[in-house]
Amino acid sequence: MTNADEEKLLTLPRKKINFWNLVWLIIFIGGLFVSTGVTKTSLNAFFTNFDQFSDIFVQMLHPNWAYMETVIPLLLETIKMAVLGTVIGSVLAFVYSLLIARNIVKNKAITGILRVIMNIIRTVPDLLLGAVFVAIVGIGPVAGILALAICTFGIVVKLFYEAIETIDPGPIEALTAVGANKLQIIVFAVLPQVITYFISYCLYAFEINVRASTVLGYIGAGGIGLYLQQTLQVFDYAKTGTIIIVIILVVVLIDYVSSKSREALMK
Amino acid sequence: MDITMKKLPPKPVDLKKRIVHWALSLITIGIIVWSCTGIDFGGIKETAGQIAGAIFSGIFHPDWSYIYNGTGEDLVSQLWETICIAFLGTFISAIISIPFAFWAAHTKHKRWYVSRVGKVVLAIIRSFPEIVLALMFIKAVGPGSAAGVLALGFHSVGMLAKLFSEAIENLDDGPNEAVVAAGGSKTNVVMFSILPNLMPALISNTLYRFDVSIRSASILGLVGAGGIGYPLIIALQYRQWNRVGVILLGIIVMVIVIDGISGWIRKKLV
Repeated sequence: MTNADEEKLLTLPRKKINFWNLVWLIIFIGGLFVSTGVTKTSLNAFFTNFDQFSDIFVQMLHPNWAYMETVIPLLLETIKMAVLGTVIGSVLAFVYSLLIARNIVKNKAITGILRVIMNIIRTVPDLLLGAVFVAIVGIGPVAGILALAICTFGIVVKLFYEAIETIDPGPIEALTAVGANKLQIIVFAVLPQVITYFISYCLYAFEINVRASTVLGYIGAGGIGLYLQQTLQVFDYAKTGTIIIVIILVVVLIDYVSSKSREALMK
Repeated sequence: MDITMKKLPPKPVDLKKRIVHWALSLITIGIIVWSCTGIDFGGIKETAGQIAGAIFSGIFHPDWSYIYNGTGEDLVSQLWETICIAFLGTFISAIISIPFAFWAAHTKHKRWYVSRVGKVVLAIIRSFPEIVLALMFIKAVGPGSAAGVLALGFHSVGMLAKLFSEAIENLDDGPNEAVVAAGGSKTNVVMFSILPNLMPALISNTLYRFDVSIRSASILGLVGAGGIGYPLIIALQYRQWNRVGVILLGIIVMVIVIDGISGWIRKKLV
């Protein structure tokens, strides 16, 4: 072996630079500059006013516990809204998912159109829906329930129809072979395989709804968010702090219960 | 043939399971019934149908002059601002999330309570209402999209760091051991084994969070933190139903396009 060969063996192979990675990096950095410019974000402004920000935070950390009594009734209303929104949304989602699952409805045109509608519904964020519904049906929990129902629908349909499409086709074929109609196929072959998934998805949607329902009141769609808006408007951050602590407690508690029951369900 | 052959055997009954099922169903029905009580279902405006119709007609007959007129108050520039808020907010949160993720990942600590505390902190950040955070930042930096960026950047940490920490927990120990065996230091382990293995998960989770951020960024305007939400709430207040329709249409198109792009990038990554 010559000397040059030995040297070659000792050095590590050169790293290849991937051209596309470079392009992505440039796009990414360009995006950062553009978006900083458009949003006029400067961390300086944030740090110079940081004492104001932290001041609010400190006030929130000294919650006004006497305010708790006022908060509880609206908190219950919030949970009721979340429950009703979840129930209405998941019932609709149940029927709709059966209509867009390709292994149940064979007509590709119908499933295709219904899927496009579903994807459009899924795009609108919950709070915007809430704002629109407040304008349509008026201020109150009904607007919130409708908004939550549509959100639940979007979440559950997507997950549930995918679950339906991945079931074992054997039972469906068996029931078709013995001459069952569509309804019997759904009840005896499809549902037993997916019903636990459906319940699990509903619980998941419920977790999201509890989170969403706490702020819906801010725009007038019912629930505890109403007090959030009122206290923030008069700069009574001690009361805001109480509300936020209550919200965090409820959300974390419901998340915990619901995720544990989902785990138990899926066992 | 014996007639008894035609009868199916009775279904096996698991009494305990059945009782549990019934109890759970009863509790669920109870909760649903309880929810229906005390909520004021009346008070729906009589004009509800009309307004909904007007909004829908705005979606199908958009007001083209509003879509782009170069003043910076039009639909396209507001949507662009929303996208920029989401982009910068996600970037900030991705950077803050990395140390949090290592804190919350239970494979990185010998003592169990360290990661448990990290997880609780993340849960609290997740549950802190985004709108309140936006209002706090408005106090600090004034109304506008900067407040939205900061609110998004801090709020997303809760979810993003959770996803990151799960990715860290799922890492294979082999490469780390290989680097240590070859005489690598702690920094070498991070540089040559943890980061390269983690990168795809980090990028794909960040992209996923970007999809969510786009939706959040369009909400933040409702409280004055920039983006498309602001013109929407103004249009709702002034009862310009046509414009509400156009803005909704704009949001729908924007979200679908962004979802498509980020889905495409994620597919290329895997």
